[in-house]
Amino acid sequence: MLEKAVVEATMQGLISHRTLLEPRRLADALRMLRDEGPLVPMAGCTDLYVALNFGTLRGTRFLDLSRLANLRSIDVRGVVLSVGALVTYTDIIGSPLIRRRVPMLCAAAREIGGVQIQNRGTLGGNVANASPAGDSLPVLAAAEAIVVLLSASGERRVPLTAFYTGYRTSVMRPDELVAALEIPKIRGRQWFRKVGTRAAQSISKVVMAAVAPNDGEPPRIACGSLAPTVVRLPRTEAALGHGAAISEAQRTLLDEIAPIDDLRSSAEYRRRVAVNLLARFWTDFERA
Amino acid sequence: MTLTVNHQRARVHAHPMKRLLDVLREDCGLTGTKEGCGEGECGACTVLMDGQPINSCLVPLAQARGARITTIEGLGGRHPLQRAFAEQGGAQCGICTPGMILAAVALGPRPSLDRMRVGLAGNLCRCTGYTAIYRSIRSASRGSTGSLTTNAREGRG
Repeated sequence: MLEKAVVEATMQGLISHRTLLEPRRLADALRMLRDEGPLVPMAGCTDLYVALNFGTLRGTRFLDLSRLANLRSIDVRGVVLSVGALVTYTDIIGSPLIRRRVPMLCAAAREIGGVQIQNRGTLGGNVANASPAGDSLPVLAAAEAIVVLLSASGERRVPLTAFYTGYRTSVMRPDELVAALEIPKIRGRQWFRKVGTRAAQSISKVVMAAVAPNDGEPPRIACGSLAPTVVRLPRTEAALGHGAAISEAQRTLLDEIAPIDDLRSSAEYRRRVAVNLLARFWTDFERA
Repeated sequence: MTLTVNHQRARVHAHPMKRLLDVLREDCGLTGTKEGCGEGECGACTVLMDGQPINSCLVPLAQARGARITTIEGLGGRHPLQRAFAEQGGAQCGICTPGMILAAVALGPRPSLDRMRVGLAGNLCRCTGYTAIYRSIRSASRGSTGSLTTNAREGRG
């Protein structure tokens, strides 16, 4: 009984001093970010509330984005597929448009959390959260996606590969929101593989996404959980593009990643899995 | 703040960032929803929000405003899945059971084994090894329409 009382008091303590702003229109949200900040944006809360429950969530003022319906759309503008920041993994899995154009994004969405997380977690949240283990991020990097940032002073478009500046840091300003991800038309075969302790619910030990163009261009390869941010592997891509043996490309890959030991796995294990995944991708591609 | 819990309108006076889990247990008195891990890993706190399974420990009250919430109490104790879990050994220690049954409700009628595995992957059970849970769902499917209001007698396997 005492223990329960303590838990309740703690939970109350976690929220009682916090303020939630709930704009109904995007313009209001952007104005609040400019005038009433610093605000922590929240959407699916699948990361944010984990931190809240653990008592590690910083910030006292929050901005609920969930009512901003215009950040929920999935549509094609010209040759570009635009996926709104509030689109959930369940939306991604169920979208014929995404399945046709970016099947590797559907593959990633299926392996994020379980169905409860897929129903709530958003693509914009995965990008803004800036975890090196975000499973959609290698897909977006290999797809050469653009992060569309909005603020009261206008729009900025940043390539995903230039978005992150370090571990959990990005070029996004405190007055900006991730509004959408724009994915150009992808030519060639797409490939995705997540290695974790199980398919559902586990944070990845290594995650890799790749595109193998069919027009003689070099492949595009990106991976997560192997460096402080999601990384493209330009030298590995060039080596494979020039016809290097897979063993040589694997040595190049090891120079381009910087995995660490953590509670999910060791750096050595991650290096081995990474070179194996590269070989798997390249064999799958050559066989096709 | 108003939400609909088990087909009834509930007016709640609580902080908008209070977890839906705590609102259900403390403000609505519905303690059937359990807290396991508090980080979205175990699925014990699963409820249906507008028909979709979600982890209620990761939902702020503000985002449940206007939503239709179904908790285990909303199945009335007579749902074919509840009967089947009891009869087929799908419930052992019981902590995962409310969330497991609600996730199973969301699978719809007669799910394939593969669909059960994927649909329940976010609900951890450390007693049954899942075999008895899949057996329970199959058993409930045999006479069930998968509707929340299906007569309990149809659930006998």
